[in-house]
Amino acid sequence: MSLIEPMTFMNRRNLIRAAALAALPLSAQTQTTAAAPQIVASFSILADMVREIAPAALLVTSLVGPDADAHVFEPTPAHGKRLAQAGLVVVNGLGFEGWIDRLVKVSGYAGPVIVSSRGITPRDAGKSHGHRGADPHAWQDLALARRYVANLRDGMAERWPQHQAEVKQRSAAYLERMAGLDRQVRALLEAIPRAQRRVIASHDAFGYYGAAYGVDFLAPQGWNTHSEPSAAAVARLIRQIKQDGVRALFVENISDPRLIQRIAQEAGARVGGTLYSDALSAAGGPADTYLKLFEHNTRTLVAGLTA
Amino acid sequence: MSSVLQAVVGPFVEFPFMRRALVATWALSLGSAPIGCLLVLRRMSLVGDAMAHAVLPGAAAGFLLAGLSLPAMSLGGFVAALAVALAAGFVTRNTPQREDASFAAFYLIALALGVLLVSLRGSQMDLMHMLFGSVLAVDDAALLQIAVVASVTLWTLALIYRPLVLESFDPGFLRSVGGRGAAVHIALLVLLVANLVSAFQALGTLMAVGLMMLPATAARFWVAGLPAMAAVAVAIGVASGTLGLLLSYHAELPSGPCIVLVCGAAYVLSVLFGARDGVLLRQLRKPVHLTR
Repeated sequence: MSLIEPMTFMNRRNLIRAAALAALPLSAQTQTTAAAPQIVASFSILADMVREIAPAALLVTSLVGPDADAHVFEPTPAHGKRLAQAGLVVVNGLGFEGWIDRLVKVSGYAGPVIVSSRGITPRDAGKSHGHRGADPHAWQDLALARRYVANLRDGMAERWPQHQAEVKQRSAAYLERMAGLDRQVRALLEAIPRAQRRVIASHDAFGYYGAAYGVDFLAPQGWNTHSEPSAAAVARLIRQIKQDGVRALFVENISDPRLIQRIAQEAGARVGGTLYSDALSAAGGPADTYLKLFEHNTRTLVAGLTA
Repeated sequence: MSSVLQAVVGPFVEFPFMRRALVATWALSLGSAPIGCLLVLRRMSLVGDAMAHAVLPGAAAGFLLAGLSLPAMSLGGFVAALAVALAAGFVTRNTPQREDASFAAFYLIALALGVLLVSLRGSQMDLMHMLFGSVLAVDDAALLQIAVVASVTLWTLALIYRPLVLESFDPGFLRSVGGRGAAVHIALLVLLVANLVSAFQALGTLMAVGLMMLPATAARFWVAGLPAMAAVAVAIGVASGTLGLLLSYHAELPSGPCIVLVCGAAYVLSVLFGARDGVLLRQLRKPVHLTR
């Protein structure tokens, strides 16, 4: 559960204010830090992983909250302040949080920053939505996410040696649950013939998932999700679905649900549910922890492919 | 030649959604172009626009209660727009205020109420659907509704044609021969609202008025007489719908605005080159008057 709600309005003045807040009298800062050292994670999925293995005495918060997009995150002075008071900062890396370096710098935070994807050989993202080069969505493969957990465990043990045993024990239990889920996901997907595992997903975030579990995620060609589509774009998508033998559409961002229904019906595909890519759902939702997100995505995929 | 034919017919042969969109725009033109002509003749051209906005709060209320459901949103829109029309008519009959002013007042109230209702639940995306619709997403239910409304419109117009025309040109005479002008007026408003409601599913509130008014205003530059004008308006609407869809297909542009812009082009061309009172024709005739 994140304590910070994402705020979307940000300008240069706010950045300056963030810097100014960071320079608050030291006494005010130390008072809060002394109460409960905080671990600040950059986005909700990472915060959940940290929460699973962090010592119980520590408070874990996320800068980008659930159901919010880390790609277009706009930090506010409150975020800068939170960072300044943090005991440890955890980020994904691979260019996922382009804003984090500057934010850490202006906040005045001087402690360690754990890059949880360290040591992972990234996939090439191609030209997808702004990340050039490396594909940052490595948590969409449970095997790679185990690497995240190892990095987080080591970083936390180093930062708080007195909690080392607790962190080790909790992370071992978490890794075991992840391995179990990984086997479950594989079993669920292997029940479907490999050639049939072809879907269209609007958000290009499932490259790691597809590579790890043998699902082809195709991007809808020529869709601009923010404008009314042309007849040509609809026609192209229908052709693509037919030609590539796509079984299901997961295109939650396309503006008009009626249009998606129409396209799927005409092309002989199904409309699948929502896949969670970059953020958890709000607490109480279908994907409010990382493991639940992974299971939800897999079940949604399987349901779309087998119906 | 065959490649031209392929470009014109191909998209409709290959894709059912293109055929649906085509049938929807044709049926819409059939029903709403004659209504547009009547509005033009009665100097109520802007009432269509006002009514289209008045649909919004009702459609939004339907959306809030039943989600993205065609019957709920249609019924809500119909009731809301009719309420605005009747309220404006009431003010006009009972106060010195003219109809244009009372319509403007009530449709603005309705529009603001609609925006408020939409933002109560849904996101801005939902509002965008209502304002712009999508002719490419017309499903069976919407198509059926459009066809029924077009049929009912044409039948009703045929039924009340004489009193309607009389009421448009000489309401005093209609009253003197015992006709019920108010009933005819209300019937026209009901038809107007029904056409707008069925069109807003396909084209959205903003574009629905375009397909109604632009062909009607253009037709006036080609023929005289209401039946001829209505026929030409329907033809312009049908042609614009077809061309607009093809433009959207080949030039990769959004469909709704394409259709209405082609209607707009037809209007501008009619103003310039129309056989009846076109700008060009008047220019050509001018010297004749000067050399008397």
